[in-house]
Amino acid sequence: MSRKALVAATVLLAVPASADTPESLMRGYAEQARTTSASYAGPSPAAGRRLFHQQPRDWSCATCHTNQPVATGRHAITGKTIAPLSPVANPERFRDAAKVEKWFKRNCTDTLGRLCTSAEKADLISFLLSAQGGT
Amino acid sequence: MRTRSGICRIDCIVWSLAAVFLAHAAVAAVPPNQAIEPDAYAEECGACHTAYPARLLRPADWAVVLATLDRHFGVDASLDATALAAVARQLDVDPAVASAATTKATPRITQQGWFREEHDEVSAQQFRSPAVRSAANCNACHAGADRGQFDEHSVRIPR
Repeated sequence: MSRKALVAATVLLAVPASADTPESLMRGYAEQARTTSASYAGPSPAAGRRLFHQQPRDWSCATCHTNQPVATGRHAITGKTIAPLSPVANPERFRDAAKVEKWFKRNCTDTLGRLCTSAEKADLISFLLSAQGGT
Repeated sequence: MRTRSGICRIDCIVWSLAAVFLAHAAVAAVPPNQAIEPDAYAEECGACHTAYPARLLRPADWAVVLATLDRHFGVDASLDATALAAVARQLDVDPAVASAATTKATPRITQQGWFREEHDEVSAQQFRSPAVRSAANCNACHAGADRGQFDEHSVRIPR
């Protein structure tokens, strides 16, 4: 019984693993987009690809993540190695909703100079999921 | 028999409660930045640049770095309050100071006297080479930088 109690205590104390997946996050953003626009057609890899290369100021996503989101990137200023962004090449990507939101906020601001919309976030994830090699 | 097994049940319950209590106590005894905040500094700051060891700047300078994250060398690297407090504690900075507004310029590790002295044989051209790109990229020459290792004998300047 004390062994069972120990097991139970261990389970209770363990930090619950995030159940997020790139697909579930993409669907979540798409649902948010649908609530703001009834005519929203769903995530578009092509639109995500355009967003990935959009460069209204000095940086696009590709500046650090390269033209191939399955490839290892490099920070434009510091030179720090960045693990591949696409979940196709890096299963650790898009596994935690809070972390994904944090990086969308930071990187959309750095590149576009504004926050991304839910539709854009869904588009981008669909593009990254479709990434094979080149873009 | 019945009495004995009854006692055993109570005994087991007491031991189980003790085990649960001890498990909680063990978690509470681990320093906060290991149990609750799994290296917030490496997570938040080390994503974009080397997780520079805290010893490379004075706590008072780190405080200014953290208080100016919204204009961090050209980018908005601001953190939410929870992450900021966790990073501050790891850098030995009072979280209240880290979130206080300041007009001071962000201190640079590369402008510290010891840094200039240690790197006086490295040319500006070498720092700007494609393989290095920036003096912020410690790892280009110090392979152990992410582990806080900057031993002079293991330096390899890429060509």
